[in-house]
Order: sequence, then C-alpha cells, then structure tokens
Amino acid sequence: MTTILSTASISKHYYHRDGLIEALSNVSFSIPEGSFVSITGPSGSGKTTLLMALSGLIRPTSGKIYFKGQELDTGSDKALVDFRKKHTGFIMQNFSLIPYMTAMQNVLLPLSLNGLSAEEQKQRADELLELSGLANRKNHYPRELSAGQQQRVAIARALANKPAIIFADEPTGNLDPNLSNEILGILKEINQHQGTTIIMVTHSPLATQFGNMKVHLKNGRIHTNMEDVLVEQFIYQ
Amino acid sequence: MKIIKLVWLELGQRKSQLVSGILAITLGIGVIVAIRSISLVSEKAVAINLDNLGANIMVLPQGASIDNYYSADIDAPTIPEEYVERILTSSIQGVDNLSPKLTRRIDINGQKFVLTGILPANELASKPLWQEAGLFGAELVANCGDNPLNASSGYEDEKLQRKSIDSLGFSECLLGFTVAQKLGLKEGDALSVMDYELKVSKVITETGTVDDDRVFAHLKTVQEILGIHDQVSAIEIMGCCNAISDGLLGQLRNILPDTRITTIGQIVSTQIKTNQLMNQISLIILVIILLVGGISIGNYMWANVNERKKEIGILRMIGFPRYSIYRLLMIKAVLMGLTGGLTGYVVGSLIAYFLGPSLAGMHVAPIPVLLLYSTLLAAGISILGSLLPAYFASRFEPYSNMQEI
Repeated sequence: MTTILSTASISKHYYHRDGLIEALSNVSFSIPEGSFVSITGPSGSGKTTLLMALSGLIRPTSGKIYFKGQELDTGSDKALVDFRKKHTGFIMQNFSLIPYMTAMQNVLLPLSLNGLSAEEQKQRADELLELSGLANRKNHYPRELSAGQQQRVAIARALANKPAIIFADEPTGNLDPNLSNEILGILKEINQHQGTTIIMVTHSPLATQFGNMKVHLKNGRIHTNMEDVLVEQFIYQ
Repeated sequence: MKIIKLVWLELGQRKSQLVSGILAITLGIGVIVAIRSISLVSEKAVAINLDNLGANIMVLPQGASIDNYYSADIDAPTIPEEYVERILTSSIQGVDNLSPKLTRRIDINGQKFVLTGILPANELASKPLWQEAGLFGAELVANCGDNPLNASSGYEDEKLQRKSIDSLGFSECLLGFTVAQKLGLKEGDALSVMDYELKVSKVITETGTVDDDRVFAHLKTVQEILGIHDQVSAIEIMGCCNAISDGLLGQLRNILPDTRITTIGQIVSTQIKTNQLMNQISLIILVIILLVGGISIGNYMWANVNERKKEIGILRMIGFPRYSIYRLLMIKAVLMGLTGGLTGYVVGSLIAYFLGPSLAGMHVAPIPVLLLYSTLLAAGISILGSLLPAYFASRFEPYSNMQEI
C-alpha cells in the first residue's frame, strides 16, 4: 500500500513567557493511503498540533512532511494553501461553519476555489447535501440545524473538492453517543467506499474503534511499548 | 461563489456596526458637501456679480494713474495698441473682453469735453442705462477659462446684461447726455471735432457718470483726430474674478512689463477672502473627516476583524489565500466608502438645498461633480482606515478557528 503522508522527525515548539513549550518532538511515522487513522493521547499531548502540522495548518519548527512522496514546502504559505485547497478536507469539533451562510453556501465555499463554473459548483453542492441527507436543509443556517446536521454539513464541505485526506479534530466531541456513532459511521463509509484517508484526533475510545490505525501521543512524542515500531496499527473487523 | 458574494453575505451581519461605520462617513461627507455646495454657489454668485460690474482690470502706461486716465490730460502717457493683440494671442485664461481706449480732453465751442476713442465691438456697456439708447448687440458673457464652475451665466434680465456696442462708423460719434445738452445736439446732427466732421449716431441717456461729459468715437477716428497713431490711453479688461484671484494680474504683468496693471482692489480682495475662507473651512472639515472617518472605519474594521477571527480562520483553513482575505476586506471597505460617499453626497446636497437660502441667501442646487469627489474621498478614507486591519486579518493563521493547539 502506498504511503500518502509521512513525517520525518517533525517538532513544533512554542515560545511562552514561562519558557519553551515543546508541543511535538521528533515525530516520525507514515500513513498508508486509504487508512483511517486515530490520533489519541491525553490533553496537551500534542494531538491537535500534530493534526495541524500534517494538514498544513501550521509549520513545524523542524522536520519534514511528505505528501505522496513529495516534500511539502512548509515554508511557503502558497504551497500550504494549495495543499489544503486541493488535497484536504476538514471536520472540526466545533463544526467550523460560517454562521451567516446557509448549508448550501458553506458547501459552496471550497468549491469556489477550484475553478468550477457556478452551475457545476451548485450541482456538486446539491449532490453532497443529498448524500449527507440534508437536501431539505440546504437553505438552513447553521443555527437552524441540529448538532448532528451541522456536522454533516461540515462533512459535505470537507468532501467538496474530493480530497485525498480528511482531517478531523474531535469530530464527535460535541455530539451525544448516538450522533457520534452516526458521524463516525459516515466517516468510515467515506473511508471504505471512496478510499479517502481519514486522520482523526479523538479522545474517545469508541471513535478509535472505527479506525484501522492508531497513533498515540504523550508529551509530544509517539508513545508505544514497541521500541522499533512507532505506529501501532490494528484493524478492527 | 464569488468573493463579492462573500462580502455581501458578511455585510448582512453586524448591521448596527456597519450602519454606524457608514454613518460616520455619511455625516462627514455630508457636512463637507453642504459647505462646498454653498461656498461654490456663493463664490460663483459673487464672481458673477463682480464680473457684471464691467471691466475690472485697467492696463495703463507705466507711471500713469487712474486719475490720469479719467482726467485725459493732453500730455497723458499712452501705450501701444499692439498690446491688445499681445494679450489676445497669449495663453492667459480668464480674459473675457478687451476694450482699448484713447482719451483726450478737447475743446468744442469753448467748452471742455473728453473725446474717447473706442473699438465698438469690444466696448463694454457697463451701465444698463446705455442700453436704452438702443446701441447694443450681443451680450458679453464671461466664460472664465475652461473651468465651468467659473463661468458666468450672465443675467436673464436683458437690462442687466452687458452688451457690446453693435456698430459705430468711422465718421459717427456717441454723445454723452451733458455734451448733447451743452452743445444743443441731437441724433443725426453733425459735430465738428478739431476740423473733423462726425455725425451724432446716438445720444446716451443720462448716466450720472463721467460718461455724460464724453464724446465717443471710433478708436481709429480718434487716433486720426488726435494724431496719436497706434497708441491707446488704457486697455480696460473684463477679467473673470476667479481668474483674478488665481493670479491673472501677475500673468498680464509678465507679458506687458512696461505697463501698470490695476484692478478694483476691494472687489478682488473680497473675492479672494471669500474663496480663502471657504477653502480654509473646507480644508479643516476635510482634515477632521479624514481623521474621524478614517478612525471610525478603522475602528469598525478592527472590531470586525477580531470578531471574525474564527470565520477568517475557517476560510484560510479550507484554502483561501492571504490575498483573498485582504481583498475581501478591502472590497468591503470600498463598498462601505462608496455607500458613505453616496449617502453623504445626498445628505450634504439636501442640507445645502434647504439651508442654502437662509445661510447664503441663494438657491443651492446639487453639484454633480461633488458626487464624484465624495465617493472617491469616502472610498479613500475607508481604504486608508482599513489597510492595517485588513493586513492583520490576512495574517491570521488558518487554525484560528480551532480550540486546542
């Protein structure tokens, strides 16, 4: 299986008045294409920092990131913007929807960046909202939707440009167990049927069961009982 | 979805902040439009009134005074008639009519009168009473150069219009009222001036001025009678008052260095003072507007950008580049500025329309060119006030919408 994303000793440091914070320290691992990765660990372990570094939202202080074997130019904002625009989709715990835009308009946002005509954009957004079961809610604003519906809009938006990887930061953090199962099920389905790689930060043991690969972080480092294997990989079937 | 749509959707949010931001510009622009409208109309009215007084610049020989000119002494100095041509062929703006004159005190039947040579087509009929003599043709209207704001519209009332003398033959003359009375002459009679026979073309109605004691004849005829060829005593110029304020006299002095150029000081100083006062008030208001408007818009933008940090983070996250964020906010700034400028123009024009009659004693119609200036100024203020907030917004990191780092 080809590697879609890999890291080579990435570190991320923050300067704080109390001193240097080492959010990530020499993290190296590879993610095979089509994986459903769970990044776990206690609060402050660097899970979200790792997700942001992998997705091009932040620049690592040191180390390299490779996408499909090509080094990501993390020094260039343009390169990171292009990477996010063309190859990634995002699903966040707080849904990250623009509050004054309808479900349809939120889904249209990333589509407006890829050069499609207005008609094509609308057609694609309709399809995605239909698939998300929100065809009759497309003109609703986020405040008019339930938490589960909002997260489904976020999923539709994440899928808009047919990304290779979807990054999810605690996607079920604000949902009750039933809705969590529903959202995780959708992600699993996207992963299995579309082959989209999912990289998900989660606290929830339930959520990790939907994945087939787990990266556990502690104090900014990959934590494993096996000295030579940095990534614990297992398949739940 | 186009970026303008994004701007439009965002503008629909936080309406009270938006309205207060636009209101600040509207009021500022409104005040300046009102002041400029009233002052422009006022300046123009003053200029027209002053222009309509008649010739307001005198070109005299070096060392001569106005008194010399009016006394028309026998040895009064002269200047070459060619100076008329020199002024006409120059690029000087604001000279609307030239009236060369040659005057000399003469003796007719033992009585002293002033013989004045004029060029009929150029001679100004500065006194409405002259018209009653039926001497005049086309109205002389000051066009005051290329600036339409300076143009005099003249008077609708024909009696108040300045007109040139239509025709005055080489062997004809016009008699002032007193001259005609003293000599017992009437229209059609013959008048002998220094052995030259002139036919009385018209007798001018009594004006109560020095003109009553004058005999007017064609300049060429008077030059011939007096034996002063190609010379004139003075050139009366009908200069646009705004042009005089802008330095017309200096320009004339440059091309006629050996002359004395005077104007009716009070008229010009009044006009200059009016213009300066209005311009200074406008300038002060403009500075205040720049400060208040810019700060107001900047403040709104700062607040807006900070409130929208999460939304901007979302846009950046899904792939909007920095310049798109910058552009988005600057488009918004321009739209706010244009709206403020437009509404400011309307408000200012309405203020001028309703307050103009009581403040300036005249009707003040909207001045279309101020719409252009208003919108450009307001957009400029809005852009200036938004530059920094938009720059900082474009630097927001794409993780600004995330909770944990």
